[in-house]
Amino acid sequence: MASLAATRIDHQRETHTPTSFVVTFPTDQLLRMDSGVALAPLTIAYQTYGQLNAAHSNAVLVCHALTGDQHVANVHPLTGKPGWWDVLVGPGKPIDTDRYFVICSNVVGGCLGTTGPASRGPDGRTYGLDMPIVTIRDMVRAQSMLVDHLGIDSLFCVAGGSMGGMQVLQWAALFPQRVFSAMPIATAARHSSQNIAFHEVGRQAIMADPDWCGGRYIDCETRPEKGLSVARMAAHVTYLSDQALHAKFGRKLQDRAAPTFSFDADFQVESYLRYQGRSFVERFDANSYLYMTRAMDYFDLAADYGGVLAKAFKGTSTRFCVVSFTSDWLFPTSDSRAIVHALNAGGASVSFVEIETDKGHDAFLLDIPDLVATSRGFLDAAGRARGLG
Amino acid sequence: MKSRISGAKPGVSRPAPIAPEAVRQDHRLVADMVAPGSRVLDLGCEDGALLRLLADTRNVDGRGLELSQKGVNDCVAKGLSVIQGDADTDLDAYPDDAFDYVILSQTLQATRRPKVVLENLLRIGRRAIVSFPNFGHWRVRFDVAFRGRMPVNDKLPYTWFDTPNIHFCTVRDFLELVATIGAKVERGVVVDRSGRLMRESTPWWVWNIWGEQAVFLLRRNGETPS
Repeated sequence: MASLAATRIDHQRETHTPTSFVVTFPTDQLLRMDSGVALAPLTIAYQTYGQLNAAHSNAVLVCHALTGDQHVANVHPLTGKPGWWDVLVGPGKPIDTDRYFVICSNVVGGCLGTTGPASRGPDGRTYGLDMPIVTIRDMVRAQSMLVDHLGIDSLFCVAGGSMGGMQVLQWAALFPQRVFSAMPIATAARHSSQNIAFHEVGRQAIMADPDWCGGRYIDCETRPEKGLSVARMAAHVTYLSDQALHAKFGRKLQDRAAPTFSFDADFQVESYLRYQGRSFVERFDANSYLYMTRAMDYFDLAADYGGVLAKAFKGTSTRFCVVSFTSDWLFPTSDSRAIVHALNAGGASVSFVEIETDKGHDAFLLDIPDLVATSRGFLDAAGRARGLG
Repeated sequence: MKSRISGAKPGVSRPAPIAPEAVRQDHRLVADMVAPGSRVLDLGCEDGALLRLLADTRNVDGRGLELSQKGVNDCVAKGLSVIQGDADTDLDAYPDDAFDYVILSQTLQATRRPKVVLENLLRIGRRAIVSFPNFGHWRVRFDVAFRGRMPVNDKLPYTWFDTPNIHFCTVRDFLELVATIGAKVERGVVVDRSGRLMRESTPWWVWNIWGEQAVFLLRRNGETPS
């Protein structure tokens, strides 16, 4: 594990000079946020893969999840691990970088180069909690500025899972003419009370860490690593299923034959969670975690349309493919079914697949054959309808 | 249902015949009733074969609803717009007049409330196409009357205790239900045991005895005939 100082330096490098394309919009192109604040200048860090065709009709926007980033299909500059959606994005994959121009940007409020709480504001000071609260719609508005900047009028597809799926739904509702097809995966049109509750546990863990320093830890040259890692440990449990955890760890002990009668990590599952927490803090900013979780909590698409979700999609010509997983209890199939019913009522073209797996919410990131086949079938058919051959 | 290959020996596997031989007869009969370029919802679309046929031969904008997850996954992997759902419970979510045709293929007898389902078909679609096995067919009558058994054969393969088919009807029963909900029969075709189409001029009671499979095109009362 990297030392604290080295972690901090690596992380700050990726926040201020990311290993990505970067666009900083002129201060007259501000981001008007739902909180009423205008954010400027706005910087967006993004990755692209493949070539934009002459008609500019083959662009796919991939939206990342809570703790994801723009490194969807390349080795991560901080962790050295493969891209987070390597199973779906790449040459010959369903989101085929030989055929499509794939864009993935770090969301507003993120910590990998796009303006967020760890960035410096116009006065040169780190934003910290002075960063305005970010919503899913703010993320989507910022992405639309990037898509404009890249000279793309209409996206062939917008795809993403979990918080990324929320962005997909928001894109389809906000810019229906700009979205030819949409793949919201393992997501919901509103964050549930239970999910808000889990997020609050995570936030309180971060804020209870003395090294959080009231949100100004960067100025104080500390990092609330304990708090962030506990937040991650709690959240990580919600991404898995009881069945998968039991199959993987059961009640097995970690490197010992008998319990130690202490609070050491006796069980393998404890050791695993501690590792997950430790490795997460190497690549993520604690304040960013507060902002991202809040953005998800505030998401309730129907509320913007008089409480009727179908109105968000009325008359849409976007083709949808909704996917859920049987063992996902964080974004259960009933959430996806509510989206599907609203799309049907709105007259949309919609496919819906519930995939059987014991991998829980995390399944959307994994190499699940049904997910690969579904994505491929949907995108190939949409590509034919779009004239992409 | 598989098409027969003449001369195929039992136990010898042969490659499945390709289209158009592979097209199921009831699918072909349904497809013949659909106007080209229309919007179609296929309830109980199984692996999407009918939707595929309609897209390929009638250029329809097709959607499907299928109960089995495997069927849905197969359809979506083929690029069809299909969702997982139940015709008994999920039709309320569809708005009025959303489709030109709603198709219920070999599924009516498996629904819990056939009357409600039929009414929903003609609410969501301006026309409905319903195909079903005729329980008035002579072989069924023979099995019940003389053998004293519920029929089990190649077309009705389930035993009484594991069948999903809980609401069998005869052609006569069906036409009575159509009249009860105030719908009109626009076309009807009936196929006998050897797969021959029976003439439309044949009296219905002959259909009701000799017809093994029936397909009806219905329209709402008040809808202009096509």
